[in-house]
Amino acid sequence: MRLLPKHPKRRKRLALIVLMIAGIGSAVALAAVALRQNINLFYSPSQILAGDAPRNHLFRIGGLVEKGSLKRNSNNLEIHFEVTDTVNKVPVIYTGILPDLFREGQGVVAQGKLGADGVFVASTVLAKHDENYMPPEAAQAISDAQKLKLQSTMTGN
Amino acid sequence: MWSFFHRLASPKHFYRFADRLIPWLGWSTLITFIIGLYLGLIVAPTDYQQGESYRIIYIHVPAAWMSMFVYVVMAIAGGIGLIWKMKMADIIASSAAPLGAAFTILALVTGSLWGKPMWGTWWIWDARLTSELILLFLYLGFIALQSAIEDRRTAANACAILALVGVVNIPIIHYSVEWWNTLHQGPTVTRFGKSAMATSMLIPLLTMFLAFKLYFATTLLMRARVEILERERDTTWMKNMIMGSDE
Amino acid sequence: MKAFFHMGGYAMYVWPSYGLALVILLWNVILPMQRKKWHIASIKRRLRRAQDEK
Repeated sequence: MRLLPKHPKRRKRLALIVLMIAGIGSAVALAAVALRQNINLFYSPSQILAGDAPRNHLFRIGGLVEKGSLKRNSNNLEIHFEVTDTVNKVPVIYTGILPDLFREGQGVVAQGKLGADGVFVASTVLAKHDENYMPPEAAQAISDAQKLKLQSTMTGN
Repeated sequence: MWSFFHRLASPKHFYRFADRLIPWLGWSTLITFIIGLYLGLIVAPTDYQQGESYRIIYIHVPAAWMSMFVYVVMAIAGGIGLIWKMKMADIIASSAAPLGAAFTILALVTGSLWGKPMWGTWWIWDARLTSELILLFLYLGFIALQSAIEDRRTAANACAILALVGVVNIPIIHYSVEWWNTLHQGPTVTRFGKSAMATSMLIPLLTMFLAFKLYFATTLLMRARVEILERERDTTWMKNMIMGSDE
Repeated sequence: MKAFFHMGGYAMYVWPSYGLALVILLWNVILPMQRKKWHIASIKRRLRRAQDEK
């Protein structure tokens, strides 16, 4: 089997197409690198604390909802929680309805503004789920196993 | 073996080949779909986080995979037609385009229907969703370009170039969730390594994927057959075949 | 059975997804079938007319 066409004209056409795809591919790749921050949907708490996020501007924060940080104000539907990237944390205030998947320890993407006091005031909150799918029994078994492991390391067995 | 492929390049032989294959493919598609739906809707367990809503995956993910696969098929066929001036390759490329567009629309709409209850939004301009929307525009561009150019040969060449240029979007869709941070989660099923899904949920997904693949093969041949009928209606073999089947 | 159609409260998202899939997939099968029939009939018509003229 011949991989390359025999005819010189066809050869030329093939070379032209390969060149064109390579050219456009590298142009797109360069553009993507240049736009990197713009294509990214959100800033992590560490980026925000480092001052990378825009001041006085709407932007999105993304990370995990810190376990044990969720507090609801029963009077006015105000919700307080902390977003973490496991290194740094940013406190968030939100008033409104949360998506079904919003949970402590799960991913979250919130849009809003960072106040001068370092509290992020969110106008929308979206849940970001991970790529894992399993039945509840399996999830229970995994968390039990982890607890057991933790206990055994703590007691030194 | 090689001469078999060579013969398929002739519309006449391709037509006969498609005629014989379509019933087999069609029935296996139907059976696989029934098995896949039974496994996905009834046998597969509930998800620990998303409850029953995750069952949309059995439509959404195969449709999204097919939207990219069909594009590659279309671009390769277009490229072959462009270089070797092969009529059958052009027919395959133009038959694949509307099917790919259909899979892309299905992936986008089911994704939206899934995103609303789980993420809390129908749509977000993150890298994954945006690049998949661009894929739809590429398909629609292909179809529009083809109908805009009168001459078959010129139309096929222009469409092939558009399809080949658009191939750069395929790795962007695939890797978008790794290159950038997005609302869309990372890949669940990866070719290498363990997939992040319980086996009882994965088997229905792979069955549905097979069903979608068989469906694509069936409908691609069906569309190609119509395209041949249209293009070759003045040839002697076509007249003989149609009059022959009359008696 | 009721629980099956209820989909744990997500029926309004799950069933439209499957419904749309059914519509799109069926449409792509029926359309080429009809077009094939139409083309064969039209070729036959033309050939008969040509024969009659002879």
